[in-house]
Amino acid sequence: MGERVLMKGNEALAEAAILAGCKHFFGYPITPQTEVAAYMAKRLPKIGGTYLQAESEVAAINMVQGAAACGIRAMTSSSSPGISLKTEGISYMAGADVPAVIINVQRGGPGLGGIQPSQADYWQATKAMGHGDFHVLVFAPSTVQEMVDLVNLAFEKADEYRMPAVILSDGMLGQMMEPVEIKAAEPKTFDKPWATCGHGGKRAHNIVNSLYLQANELERLVKERFERYEKIKATEQRAEEYMMDDADIAIVAYGATSRVVKAAVKEARAMGIKVGCIRPITLWPFPTEAIEKAAKSVNQFLVCEMSMGQMVDDVKLAVNGAVPVEFYGRTGGMIPEPAEILAQIVELNKKGGAK
Amino acid sequence: MKDFNMVIAGFGGQGVLFLGKVIAYAGLMDGKEVSWLPSYGPEMRGGTANCSVCISDEPIGSPLVVTPNVLVAMNKPSLDKFINSVAPGGIVLLDSTLINDKVCRDDVKVFYLPATATAEENNMKGLSNIILLGKLFEQTNFCSKESLEKGIAKSVPAKKQHLVATNLKAVEIGASL
Repeated sequence: MGERVLMKGNEALAEAAILAGCKHFFGYPITPQTEVAAYMAKRLPKIGGTYLQAESEVAAINMVQGAAACGIRAMTSSSSPGISLKTEGISYMAGADVPAVIINVQRGGPGLGGIQPSQADYWQATKAMGHGDFHVLVFAPSTVQEMVDLVNLAFEKADEYRMPAVILSDGMLGQMMEPVEIKAAEPKTFDKPWATCGHGGKRAHNIVNSLYLQANELERLVKERFERYEKIKATEQRAEEYMMDDADIAIVAYGATSRVVKAAVKEARAMGIKVGCIRPITLWPFPTEAIEKAAKSVNQFLVCEMSMGQMVDDVKLAVNGAVPVEFYGRTGGMIPEPAEILAQIVELNKKGGAK
Repeated sequence: MKDFNMVIAGFGGQGVLFLGKVIAYAGLMDGKEVSWLPSYGPEMRGGTANCSVCISDEPIGSPLVVTPNVLVAMNKPSLDKFINSVAPGGIVLLDSTLINDKVCRDDVKVFYLPATATAEENNMKGLSNIILLGKLFEQTNFCSKESLEKGIAKSVPAKKQHLVATNLKAVEIGASL
């Protein structure tokens, strides 16, 4: 085992992205993700890469598309309002089958909102990361270590499926320091015969484009992409189960909230309440299999988020009416306390749920 | 105390975040689970800074400490802000050079330490944070002596390693207050 060092989530993620082969970073400053860009600015020029602070978020995401279209691993990071500005470019990348990684260190919204941690961009990340018929891969780390591990996976899966991948983090994970081990391993790479990287007259030129004026051609491409999405849904779902073996109540929570939930679950277990936690690691594809499995054994679900309730929709779709699904959330930058979640668990335990 | 949930608060520039980092690193050197979470909100604009530090045998749930069992207050606004959140039986260390108030609670153990004055007397300007750390260590043994020393060495930037010895001296002075 390598040495565990203390690092901020944002910095650990940036270092891991470099180790995953990210050569070019284009960004624009915004709290609470600034350390990602600052770290890249310090490191990338030293390893022959590019750090560029663009004139805007829109410019930055288009630069990412340009670099990624050349077959190079490229990344941008921002926080909620900045991500909204990038969605046009993300849609273009999805439409042109260009892989890249986008980091969202979420803060409270809507609008400029606040700068404290939030999970209110779930709908945006999983349903509408821009206009048009498409999905992006969405990974949700819950520790600094996972910020590291998932950024590597995001680059790999983005390349494998030729699509943008998003790390949906938040201000708490980005700003906090925790022990982390960053292993230098050779990143898994993929051939990119589609890349516009120069051909010396030896092959037909490649075109990376998202404009298709023939409706039947566009439909064919979108349908082909959705076939790929089906394969991803079948093979790439990831979730962690915590104390779920004999649970009567399943709490579904991701990212920072899942940490608080786990602390509450442990306290509830000490009180004799059979409760567990399902933590989605991929938000798209949503881990419906884990939820469906639990719906057969638990008698109620509770979904906890730092939002007014967004992922709860996906949980309800997966539970499909089998047992009740309740919601508890804080929003605007407020982080729930374990005691709040515990009170919800105690209340649900009294009710008893479906029999 | 088995688990330590600390809040360290003061003016920007007093080394509040650094002190938190030393404590977290010392815990890590002891093989514990640790977390460090800084305030990055609008209060920073007002010149005050604080951080939450957790040390535990178990994985840290929320790194945001709302009910600390240790409070280190390096100025009056920080003491006012956090004193009522301290868990009964908790420990409060405050810099009595900068805070004239007495704590009104009788269910917490308070140490009034002239950290800033002591730092100046010993030609250690800027190390009032580490002087407070010395007392905290002496009172709680939140980590082993060896881990504390390693924690300091790990937290001091590579270019400033010559200051480690002074930091260790400040710990000793703090412990003897």
